[in-house]
Amino acid sequence: MSSSPDQRKASGTAELNTFPKLLQHHARVRGNKVAMREKDLGIWQAWSWQQVLDEVRALACGLAALGFKSGDKLAIIGDNRPALYMSMAAAQCLGGIPVPLYQDSVTKEMAFVLDNADVHYAIVEDQEQVDKLLEIREENRSIRHILYDDPRGMRHYDFPFLDSIENARKQGREYDKAHPGFFDEKADSVRGEDIAIMLYTSGTTGNPKGVVLTYDNVIITARNGIIREGLTENEEVLAYLPMAWVGDNLFSYAQSYVAGFTVNCPESGATILTDLREIGPTYYFAPPRVYENMLTQVMIRMEDASKIKQRLFHYFMALAKRVGTRILDGKDVSLSEKLLYQLGNFLVFGPLRDVLGLNRIRLAYTAGEAIGPEIFDFYRSLGINIKQLYGQTEGMVFICVQPDGEVYADTVGTPAIDVEVKIDDNGEVLYRGPGVFHSYYKNPESTAKTKTEDGWVYTGDAGFFAENGHLKIIDRAKDVGKLQDGTMFAPKYIENKLKFFSFIKEAVAFGDQRENTCIFINIDLDAVGNWAERRNLAYSGYIDLASQDEVYDLVQECVDKVNEDLSQDPLLSNSQIRRFLVLHKELDADDGELTRTRKVRRSFIAERYAPLVEALYSDVPECHIETQVKFEDGRTGMLSADVKIREARQFTPMAKAS
Amino acid sequence: MHERKLGEVVLRVEGISLSFGAMRVLNNISFDVRQGEIRSIIGPNGAGKSSMLNVINGVYHPQQGTITYRGVTRDQMKVHHAAAQGIARTFQNIALFKGMSTLDNIMTGRNLKIKSNMLQQAIYWGKAQKEEIEHRKKVEEIIDFLEIQAIRKTPVGKLPYGMQKRVELGRALAAEPELLLLDEPMAGMNVEEKEDMCRFVLDINDEFGTTIVLIEHDMGVVMDLSDRVVVLDYGLQLADGPPDEVRANQAVIDAYLGVSN
Repeated sequence: MSSSPDQRKASGTAELNTFPKLLQHHARVRGNKVAMREKDLGIWQAWSWQQVLDEVRALACGLAALGFKSGDKLAIIGDNRPALYMSMAAAQCLGGIPVPLYQDSVTKEMAFVLDNADVHYAIVEDQEQVDKLLEIREENRSIRHILYDDPRGMRHYDFPFLDSIENARKQGREYDKAHPGFFDEKADSVRGEDIAIMLYTSGTTGNPKGVVLTYDNVIITARNGIIREGLTENEEVLAYLPMAWVGDNLFSYAQSYVAGFTVNCPESGATILTDLREIGPTYYFAPPRVYENMLTQVMIRMEDASKIKQRLFHYFMALAKRVGTRILDGKDVSLSEKLLYQLGNFLVFGPLRDVLGLNRIRLAYTAGEAIGPEIFDFYRSLGINIKQLYGQTEGMVFICVQPDGEVYADTVGTPAIDVEVKIDDNGEVLYRGPGVFHSYYKNPESTAKTKTEDGWVYTGDAGFFAENGHLKIIDRAKDVGKLQDGTMFAPKYIENKLKFFSFIKEAVAFGDQRENTCIFINIDLDAVGNWAERRNLAYSGYIDLASQDEVYDLVQECVDKVNEDLSQDPLLSNSQIRRFLVLHKELDADDGELTRTRKVRRSFIAERYAPLVEALYSDVPECHIETQVKFEDGRTGMLSADVKIREARQFTPMAKAS
Repeated sequence: MHERKLGEVVLRVEGISLSFGAMRVLNNISFDVRQGEIRSIIGPNGAGKSSMLNVINGVYHPQQGTITYRGVTRDQMKVHHAAAQGIARTFQNIALFKGMSTLDNIMTGRNLKIKSNMLQQAIYWGKAQKEEIEHRKKVEEIIDFLEIQAIRKTPVGKLPYGMQKRVELGRALAAEPELLLLDEPMAGMNVEEKEDMCRFVLDINDEFGTTIVLIEHDMGVVMDLSDRVVVLDYGLQLADGPPDEVRANQAVIDAYLGVSN
């Protein structure tokens, strides 16, 4: 290790405030160290920092030869490939602005971004992306040049504005010879307050917005993250999330350039798990569903393992559940259990981490949505340091991060270095810090709506600080309502808590402007069906199963646990679930009850099942309902059932005695 | 699509007749295959399509007729001649080594290209080592081409059917064939797998300039891919020509849809 980030800052190299300067610095200081790897033709090919600089320099000069100027935008479209990351740096070395796009977007979405961002140049991965751009170009001529990485299938494409990156680099080398000093002068003239990148946010409503970020935004935030977690130049990361997403830009580009660590690009989307294991990253990010899928795979494979292995696994996993997270957090554990854990590490945990490719992990992040506490604890008890963070494109990711040793499944941690967080009167989370974006591109109204004059950004999320000083995000601010007594009502928060139980597939919470919280529940037919079979409980289908008393007992346990959880939260304890019912039919997107991405449409459901909602807020024990349903073949039919309603147990709020 | 140029005749079969005992499988069949084309053989079940491919690569020996491949006329092809002269094929019923990985299966396709002897290979030294690396590179290029990196190390027996077909195609490609015989490459596939396979057939033809003879049941596929089509029915040649012409041929329509006598 040559220098820790703190020392580097202290030793006066703090003016390494742009990517061009950082790149040249690394080529000087650690020129032979591996900067990037990509698996190609079955072999991990490597680029040293010096080689990265050479290729970036050649490509930048090639772009300049094509007329690319300071301030021009360069669209970058494709899977995570070294050539595309280097294209990003090449544009920045010329004072240009890279605009990465989601590679799976359809032409219409791409056309909007390309037009909105005033893009004239594009570097893309392959024929698929070239085809999209050619289609766009038929209507919008503003794209002047397209370069591609993979020449496969491109033999018959004969357009003057289309060429390979390879050729552009060749021309760039000649241009470099003819214009000595050009590259260095350009690269040195980029300043910290210049625009580094534009990232388009997907935007759940309306068109995507281009988030403009400066070098200071990106690099200071990246550096703060490195300092807080003590990351070094020896980290290995796997770059597998879309390049257009701010997280990938931070973890696989910005932090690599700041700390000098190695970025690995997988062979293809389908090989990520194999590549993960081969690389064994030390620093890793994945959304909750990735961890969830991995866990499911492990559990399925354990079912098929021999009896001895199964018993070993279950014995040591039970041990890990008891003491694993405590050991990871450095808390007190008895010596005998410590020794037993070591044995478990040798026999089960180590091999398991290795199979998952997580054996060398020093730091793993997750974010984006709520992660189930069971999943979270599973990994942590194995000794994998997964932490949650809370971030946004508008803040260059880091707003809050969980500190080591203070990791809880239901909070997102404390504010990142130099970041201030506050909650406004409506419960919405605001933050201010070095990562706060410059503006939305060509959209001053949205900028003004999101960012105040003194730099506070509205997140659109509702949350509060828990007693331990950690931020807790509960819902989108616009979905949060109030009970009649004024208690905050966060439907998604309650629904998520319920959905963490494997028996519960969907939940719909009602309570805004009402006296208390009531819930519709959809059981998970597979999980509950399985459970019923093991108990020799006969059932004919969903409706039958959903109405059985045993199933209600099962659901009641889950609901009661959620209430117990809620009661510990002074802000939410009054929103404990009062009454619930198990719905007689599965919520279905075909009936308009869910969106296509499987989010519940609360108000639609409330209207459709109005008699049930009414019954929940009365004291009847049962309600008859007839519902029109759409079958898969398009026919409609009527479904009638008598739905039972149960009272949930109420817990007295945690005494404030402590 | 760009203008297709068909080259010289590379393969010509003339007056081929094949019987097993009293059973006449092929009766006086004649057609040719040009350099760089995609040539299809179609016909109902039992028409003699697979037998025709077996005659071309020397598995069956016809009683009458001649096979001219690259200027050399023979009464019958021998299997090793066919292989040595750049004819490779895939089979209607997948014929892979089920217990071996995708990589190893494709590597077997390199068999004829390996020059070092068994002893050299056993000690993996000098020429053998260099050769092995070269062959592995070629195999990796095929894996990349067919986009099967994710199943590189998976035993073939564990793969779904469509993937096995793709591995078999990979093994045929490993021989770097000039003439590729594909026996129902899309049989039993779903629509998506079929589309993938069509793209690979076109890409092989386009990127490597490989001449392809294809047996296929799916008419849509045949009409889209082929430059010319031969139609067989009960060992007889019903028609030969471009897809549109064949489609309009009354004898072909009768054979496929049946005819009332």
